[in-house]
Amino acid sequence: MALLQIAEPGQSTRPHEHKLAVGIDLGTTNSLVATVRSGVTETLPDEDGNHLLPSIVRYTEDDVVVGFKAKVNSVDDPQNTIVSVKRLMGRGIEDLKTLGEQLPYQFVDSDSSVPKIKTVAGNKTAMEVSAEILKKLKQRSENTLGDELVGAVITVPAYFDDAQRQATKDAAKLANLKVLRLLNEPTAAAVAYGLDSAQEGVIAVYDLGGGTFDISILRLTKGVFEVLATGGDSALGGDDFDHAIAEWVITQSGIKNSELNSSSIRLLMQEACTAKEALSEIDEVELNIELGDNQKWFGLLNRETFNELVDPLIKKSLMSCRRALRDAKIDREDIHDVVMVGGSTRMLRVRELVGDFFLHEPLVSIDPDRVVAIGAATQANALAGNNPDGDMLLLDVLPLSLGIETMGGLTEKIIHRNTPIPVSRAQDFTTYKDGQTAMSIHVVQGERELVTDCRSLAKFELRGFPPQVAGAARIRVSFQVDADGLLHVTAREETSGVEAHVEVKPSYGLSDSEIETMLRDSMEHAVEDKGLRNLREMQVEADRVIEALDAAIADDGDSMLEADEKNSILEARAVLVDARANATDEQLVKQAMESLEKASANYVARRMNASVQTSMAGHKVEEFSSEESEK
Amino acid sequence: MALTITEQAADRVKAFLDNRGKGLGVRLGVKTSGCSGMAYVIEFVDDINEGEDEIFESNGVKIVVDKKSLVYIDGTEMDFQKEGLNEGFKFNNPNEKDSCGCGESFTI
Repeated sequence: MALLQIAEPGQSTRPHEHKLAVGIDLGTTNSLVATVRSGVTETLPDEDGNHLLPSIVRYTEDDVVVGFKAKVNSVDDPQNTIVSVKRLMGRGIEDLKTLGEQLPYQFVDSDSSVPKIKTVAGNKTAMEVSAEILKKLKQRSENTLGDELVGAVITVPAYFDDAQRQATKDAAKLANLKVLRLLNEPTAAAVAYGLDSAQEGVIAVYDLGGGTFDISILRLTKGVFEVLATGGDSALGGDDFDHAIAEWVITQSGIKNSELNSSSIRLLMQEACTAKEALSEIDEVELNIELGDNQKWFGLLNRETFNELVDPLIKKSLMSCRRALRDAKIDREDIHDVVMVGGSTRMLRVRELVGDFFLHEPLVSIDPDRVVAIGAATQANALAGNNPDGDMLLLDVLPLSLGIETMGGLTEKIIHRNTPIPVSRAQDFTTYKDGQTAMSIHVVQGERELVTDCRSLAKFELRGFPPQVAGAARIRVSFQVDADGLLHVTAREETSGVEAHVEVKPSYGLSDSEIETMLRDSMEHAVEDKGLRNLREMQVEADRVIEALDAAIADDGDSMLEADEKNSILEARAVLVDARANATDEQLVKQAMESLEKASANYVARRMNASVQTSMAGHKVEEFSSEESEK
Repeated sequence: MALTITEQAADRVKAFLDNRGKGLGVRLGVKTSGCSGMAYVIEFVDDINEGEDEIFESNGVKIVVDKKSLVYIDGTEMDFQKEGLNEGFKFNNPNEKDSCGCGESFTI
């Protein structure tokens, strides 16, 4: 007989129609699955009672092993044991080359842009590897809940781009798991604390894990979440704290660095980690270090010294917090709640300094390793239709601006970064040349002014609209970002209705550190970028002038120009061509353009007169004046 | 006429109620649906319908049942069991003659 769960009043489901849904925290190091049962949201353990599933997949010739059993082999069979696959999600071959040196896997070139890892069981994509982790969690959920799942909410970092989100969805599809929604990790954490039941407020989510730090600023308005800003440091985490202690031990003990080998370093780091954890409970910890024959040391580490060691690291994280607040245009005083996520937030000093910074006692009652999965499960339960209070609506923001390339290799931003999604924006563009019937649309992501400094997401062409004079066509480019952060771009020539569109599944993604670098670059190069933009705009203008002049000379240059006048025009043209190609200062291009305009002023005037005469030829003066009087 | 709950099940119900932060007890009932006639219902109780509900107390837990349902489940013992990873409540209903394979619905 089936085992039953207690439902909320009036929410009992019909037999065999249980809407079982789970929340999955698909992490870089560990993954978790949680669900709501009898009104309790909890993470689900496996047969051995482990809640965490190491995000490690090992391929053997006839089997796939996931989790702890795979972890055992990560040292002796690194090529077939895939760890941290989340870092590879949504990335192209080009990106992997830059990562490649640190990765033990062999990548094979495939026909598609999706790189594959060579294993004994064949070539595997990052999506396939992730799918194995999801399958394992799905199986665990179904064994626990006793029935099939209707779907899952899977969490992703707030900085995940379209490609990474799409890759996560694809992985779920491969695992035969319906994605109810992708949810940003910080948003999930806020939901876990039930902060969505308040009507409004600004919430900071401080996520300090083993290796990375993320800060997110969320705003809740009328029960609706919106991510105002995200930030962080991809190279700051609990490991750095262990490192600081280990360094201290080395200095205190006089152990020589040169005498440490990799196994003694690992041992030392382990001791450091144990000491760190103990100092959240007690004020002083004994360190008993024994490394080999003559490397022994015994010492005491008290909380005060420990705090001195870790304070610089915590302060580094607070710098990111300050930046995120600035991005969100929020004052510290306006923060209503601070949510702690990630194992490293168990450290008392972290809680203390974060509390001081945000002027608020941080929320720590839910296990910081599980809080994201718990929030995802709460959301999954609501999306599956089990929530008596109706649906929650969660909004997210774009981590980087989206735009298209315009003449001169400049970026025109259509949707600015930190815009809440879903969102749809459109902008009108026009043609550059007479008789133009096609336009190439290059979709880019980033903050810089020049396309070459941004990320290319997709290119497509709008073809076959009627030829018109330059500037007459009206091409509306619409950007639409859905709730999962996926981008659809449509271009439509308004007079003819010709349309083309692209669904952006970019070939590669970005890590948070790259996003951070891109943002930093855009600040650092702001002045330079502005100059470059002006220069490019001037160059485009120069091109237009040269093109018009060349067309005119080809047309009537011989009949209308004296030899020396033509020469001086051509000389000025040559100066402009040179300035356009070589000048780094827009003023030089501008000057050259002005002198060309001066040199050709008479010629232009004569052509004007000639064209007026041509159009009036055969007409009498009276016709024009009568037209005039009719007006 | 009576409904009972095992000690183990009672402990779980109390824990769930504590966690929920509100609720008077647990409501048992039947619904006419399912593959073989009737289906069990277990819900938290926030309101008692005067005149319609009967209340029993067993192992410190209030069990609420509407009079119509009581006819079908009188004498039932509510138990809590674990089967592998799965865990949940089970009804030992003396009136039950047959249940569908899944056990989510039954006939009397």
